[in-house]
Amino acid sequence: MADVTYLEALRQGLWEEMERDPRVFILGEDVGAYGGAFKVTDGFVKRFGTERVIDTPISEAAIVGAAAGAAHMGMRPVAEMQFIDFISCAYDMLTNYVATARYRAGLGTPIVVRGPCGGYVRGGPFHSQNPEAAFFHTPGLKIVYPATARDAKGLIKASIRDDDPVIYLEHKWLYRRIKEALPEGEEILTPIGEARLAREGKDLSIVTYGATVWKSLEAAEQLAKEDGLAVEVLDLRTLLPMDDAAIMRSVQKTNKVLIVHEDTRTGGVAGEIAARINEQAFAWLDGPIMRVTAHDVPLPYAPTLEDFVLPQTDDIVKAARWLAAY
Amino acid sequence: MARVDVLMPQMGESIAEGTLSKWLKKLGDEVKRDEPLFEISTDKVDAEIPAPSAGVLAEIKVQEGQTVPVQTLVAVIETEKGAAKPAAASPAAPPGATAQRAPAAPGGTAVSPPSPPTARPPDRPTAPAVKGGDGAETAEERLRRKSTPLVRKIAAEHQVDISTIPGTGFAGRVTKQDILGFIETGSRAPAMAPVARPPSPGPSTGPVVHPAVEPWPGDRVEPFSKIRKITADHMIMSRRTSAHVTSYFEVDYSRVAELRRRHKAAYAERGVNLTYLAFIAKACAEQLRKHPVVNAAVSGDNIIYRADVNIGIAVALDWGLIVPVVKRADELSLGGLARAINDLGERARAKKLSPDEIQRGTFTITNPGVFGSYAGAPIINQPQVAVLGVGAIEKRPKVVTLPDGTDTIAIRTMGMVSMSYDHRVVDGADADRFLADVKRVLEDFPEGTV
Repeated sequence: MADVTYLEALRQGLWEEMERDPRVFILGEDVGAYGGAFKVTDGFVKRFGTERVIDTPISEAAIVGAAAGAAHMGMRPVAEMQFIDFISCAYDMLTNYVATARYRAGLGTPIVVRGPCGGYVRGGPFHSQNPEAAFFHTPGLKIVYPATARDAKGLIKASIRDDDPVIYLEHKWLYRRIKEALPEGEEILTPIGEARLAREGKDLSIVTYGATVWKSLEAAEQLAKEDGLAVEVLDLRTLLPMDDAAIMRSVQKTNKVLIVHEDTRTGGVAGEIAARINEQAFAWLDGPIMRVTAHDVPLPYAPTLEDFVLPQTDDIVKAARWLAAY
Repeated sequence: MARVDVLMPQMGESIAEGTLSKWLKKLGDEVKRDEPLFEISTDKVDAEIPAPSAGVLAEIKVQEGQTVPVQTLVAVIETEKGAAKPAAASPAAPPGATAQRAPAAPGGTAVSPPSPPTARPPDRPTAPAVKGGDGAETAEERLRRKSTPLVRKIAAEHQVDISTIPGTGFAGRVTKQDILGFIETGSRAPAMAPVARPPSPGPSTGPVVHPAVEPWPGDRVEPFSKIRKITADHMIMSRRTSAHVTSYFEVDYSRVAELRRRHKAAYAERGVNLTYLAFIAKACAEQLRKHPVVNAAVSGDNIIYRADVNIGIAVALDWGLIVPVVKRADELSLGGLARAINDLGERARAKKLSPDEIQRGTFTITNPGVFGSYAGAPIINQPQVAVLGVGAIEKRPKVVTLPDGTDTIAIRTMGMVSMSYDHRVVDGADADRFLADVKRVLEDFPEGTV
């Protein structure tokens, strides 16, 4: 077993699927000769050739549209958005066309649209976004958001094998920060729609995903040391379809919930989670459902401002303390 | 389409909850304003609750037999005809569930959550200032009483009254840990810190614990009825609160007996039963006005001298004890008093008393003598300071002095009166002066007032 970064795990997952299934191919901006802006597909073109690792023009709508067409013809395309921020250019293709194809025409669209998300890297408003909420509202799509190296690999493989369109969100701040020993030779598949209990606790639950899983784990550790609180952390891993059962299990155990995400607050995924808890586990609540999220502003470049706008470990600690004392 | 909330009414300052005994309207029925909507039985009184406005009974939140705290939402009336349709099985949206009206959730933006509460400061900066749906209490007040869904669920499962549990949470809220700890320790109230408490607002503040007793084989264990529980708690509370002293006086009722004999038939024609009790109440009412310290209450370190003389008359019912009150008893004639006492007693037995008829007593008379008791030492009905017990009235041999100075044994109609009083404010001399005056009035009852 070797320590593998989140990025390397993702790369391994893509590679293994390319090796396994000749229908799998990659398309995107600079994914071939350059190996991808973050080197996720470094070396792929040499192994699989330019027919299966396709450099495209700078048009996200064209990338997703081409991928959808290929999928209808029996292929398993993986489309890279160089930065996930630009997925908005493919919004029409994804929501009007791809998400509805099975319902309209009985056409399954087994595509994966993946790309680097998130902040904490001084990327500013065009290179730091978390686009999940925009697609979360669209029936017909699946959204996964791994937080660990194991799930980065397990979820890309599961997404490629899924018969429906999956938006695979990968966090660029985690790319090289997160390392994990992954067994070699073992097939790692993370089922879509299953959350992961990242830390067990009894005093309150933090429901989160993506980079804030790590911020929440840090907060939980600090709260254990300084306050003696046993904080449970649930890593959703898949946002659509959401693992309601895992959330309710945790709520029924700890009776207090803090929902943490890096995305902005209004219309964010946390609101939907809070509503589901309210509908399904109201009688188990021993405090208000609280949120820690980014402020409702475009993400600033300035480091001090970025730090202020994005949820930090300290914000989570403060909110958890407040809730624990409620 | 306006929605009018119907709440469990506060039927008296000491009453914390009510049982909805019967719905008089069905879901979807049209109701007129003030038309009886449902029946409740509170701690001591049964009452019909009228509809606060006309409309359609759109939602029923409390089912027959359920007991809920006062101010609980019982039903919703939709006031515009046709627009109302009964709510489906799914729980209706809470009234005013909009962002603006929700209790001020702590922290506008989550990355700057409210400053964490410390060890329960009296005023938290994050205290919700928004009034609740009915406008009667703040979210914070509601929280202290209702806590959260989970705590309510646990309380219902274990039949625990949330308001009797000291809370350690936000705004004194009862947390999950608080209620679980309370239940674990055998429902005993955790020891309260000996802090100075404000004067008790009413007679039933603070939990009373009745120690558990092991039943023996063959015994029957029956839980307290509501009235039994109230009475049990109140008696203990009164014993703990007041410095009880009892004085006994013997009264010669011969003159009252004679007046009764002469006037009873005339009163009966007017539908009034002229009882000994009416004479005693009349004498007390008159003398309470002259002895204000007996017609008083203790509040903290203050004496409240009551402006009105409101005499409670204890009535033994098959299912317990109730004390309806004759308001401004000193302003009633003997006949008026007799009629009022008859009326309240009859309606108590028929469960037809209105809540205000068992409140605001300033002095109580209990009459165990009807069962033959010679004399007793009654317990004060809080927050009053005195209670008069009437012993059996019967013919007894009595030494009397004849006008020529010789003593002889005569047959007289005699009876004991005993008065327990609160020595915190009523000294023995006060009590005995009062009793001596009552005795004198009864023994020389003026013909003209009959």
